[in-house]
Amino acid sequence: MNAENPDRRKFLGKTSAVVAGLAIAPGVFLYTTAHGRAPGEAASGKVRWGMLVDTTRCSSDCKECVVACNKENGLSGGTKATDPQWIRKVELTDKKNGRKLSLPVMCQHCEHPPCVDVCPTNASFRRADGIVLVDRHRCIGCRYCMMACPYKARSFVHETLTDQNPDVPRGKGTVEACTLCVHRLDRGELPACVEACAKTGRRAILFGDLNDPESEISKRIRTVASVQLRADLMLNTGVRYEGM
Amino acid sequence: MTTYDKVETRNFYLLVALSGLVAGMGLIAAYLMEEHGHVITGMNNQIVWGMPHVFAIFMIVAASGVLNVASVGSVFGKAAYKARAPLSSLLSIALLSGGLTVLMLDLGRADRLMVAMTNYNLTSVFAWNVVLYSGLFSLAAIYIWTMMEKRMNVWSKPAGFAVFAWRFILTTGTGLIFAFLVARQAYGSALLPPMFIVMSFAWGLAVFHVVQSSMYAWNGKTIDPEIHKRMRNLLGIFVIAVLYFVVAYHLTNLYFAKQTAFERFILVEGGVFAVLFWVGYVLLGSLLPLLLIFLPGLEKVRYTVMASLLVILGSIAFLYVFIIGGQAYPLSIFPGYETTSSFGDGQIASYAPSLPEFLLGLGGIGVAFLMTTICVRLLSMLPHDIPDRRKRDAL
Repeated sequence: MNAENPDRRKFLGKTSAVVAGLAIAPGVFLYTTAHGRAPGEAASGKVRWGMLVDTTRCSSDCKECVVACNKENGLSGGTKATDPQWIRKVELTDKKNGRKLSLPVMCQHCEHPPCVDVCPTNASFRRADGIVLVDRHRCIGCRYCMMACPYKARSFVHETLTDQNPDVPRGKGTVEACTLCVHRLDRGELPACVEACAKTGRRAILFGDLNDPESEISKRIRTVASVQLRADLMLNTGVRYEGM
Repeated sequence: MTTYDKVETRNFYLLVALSGLVAGMGLIAAYLMEEHGHVITGMNNQIVWGMPHVFAIFMIVAASGVLNVASVGSVFGKAAYKARAPLSSLLSIALLSGGLTVLMLDLGRADRLMVAMTNYNLTSVFAWNVVLYSGLFSLAAIYIWTMMEKRMNVWSKPAGFAVFAWRFILTTGTGLIFAFLVARQAYGSALLPPMFIVMSFAWGLAVFHVVQSSMYAWNGKTIDPEIHKRMRNLLGIFVIAVLYFVVAYHLTNLYFAKQTAFERFILVEGGVFAVLFWVGYVLLGSLLPLLLIFLPGLEKVRYTVMASLLVILGSIAFLYVFIIGGQAYPLSIFPGYETTSSFGDGQIASYAPSLPEFLLGLGGIGVAFLMTTICVRLLSMLPHDIPDRRKRDAL
């Protein structure tokens, strides 16, 4: 056969592209959800990491999330007024009916973070995937972000640090907060608090991609009532609470 | 230039030594804070801004207000004030230097000043203020130059206008530092920028009265009673205007149900804050100065100086309540719930200023004092009143 049929060639070309696409797509999909990010690869704006805390599963006698966070990020675990606390357990009692609740509070990873707005040097920034972070090399320690945060989520390092976790560099005189364990996330692991909570069997913290309609967290947010803290401020937080 | 203008030599060296000592103590305090971290201050993760900020904001606000004297002369053409414009501009530069020294040395990483100068976040009012402060330094310096250099005199009016406009924007920026804080009940009000502007008028003029009277006394001169009367009454009017804004601010808060608990804290139950507000700011810092200013029979300069010192004292009390009291009251993250945690949620935060931060704040005043003392002597800035023109303008 020497006369070429252009239509046939086109058909074969398209078909093989579709077949190849179908063959590779699940792998690519799995890769993007499971591996985190390759070194040097930029965070994607298609993802928005978030958490859903089920307060009905959280118990006041459990502080495993706090313990895990402190260990993972090299915090002392001290509770003096000058000690950094990236995550804390808050105990609530409804003033009207006495109903009691216990829940963890950390950086809420707002879509419109006041800390980022007020930071004079752009040290506070929001990564494309919704994680609000502090660039420790740029932070001058003015603490304006701490004044601006409605959740008191940030801490200032008041003392010289020792025994730091190499994955989580910190610095005296700078401000810090929950990073959603960004170093773990980029390795494809869950934040330490989420993992610790799951280990207790409570599974009170659900973590995932708020932008993916098929993620477990998105499905749950669609089916149960959840709230954002200080929703009146319209900050569109990445952390949500149910059962409040 | 005659030696008659100059602060008497012995007093001069005494003042330089004293203010140098205070400034030096501030530097030592800053070094200790840098070395050990802010753990040696009373500040913590609940009260993140403390005594250094009270002093720094007082000086920055007063730095803007003290220029009012120059503005009345340049912009509104009053000769009595025009004669005081160089001193007023110098005091502005000195106070701004003192305030910024404290603010910068209180930073967790004061060594990263270059980062602050080279990375501007345009949505941050702090970043705007870096530009506004630098601008005021330059404009005030140019203004002094146009006034003191005869060939440049023709430019002094436009320079005066520029300074006048700039300092309004600058103090608006200082008020906005707090007005832009949506999270805390004490702040986040559009009333704050104008309130800060009016406060700057009163505090700046009070500082001017104290400095001017001291200079006259040390040079064995007496201020013209007519000029003194006008400037004294002006201080009284400014003190009343500040009171008006403070009343409006608290009344607005009291009207909002969600703010009443905060107001009850600041005005009644807040312990040291309530006492400082009523006794420190209202009684000693406002009502008593008003009596000293407006009560017949108290026309002597020393009563005006007393009134001015009380206004300054009251302003420190006011800022303590505003800045530290505003942070001490817990954030309303869970309205309707009683809240406890290991991080002070739902609790009134405690704060006890430590010696280093107090010394750092005073150090800023030392810097301002030192600059004023030296420049006044070098540049001969004692106001010269020209009787004929004064009388003409006073009418």
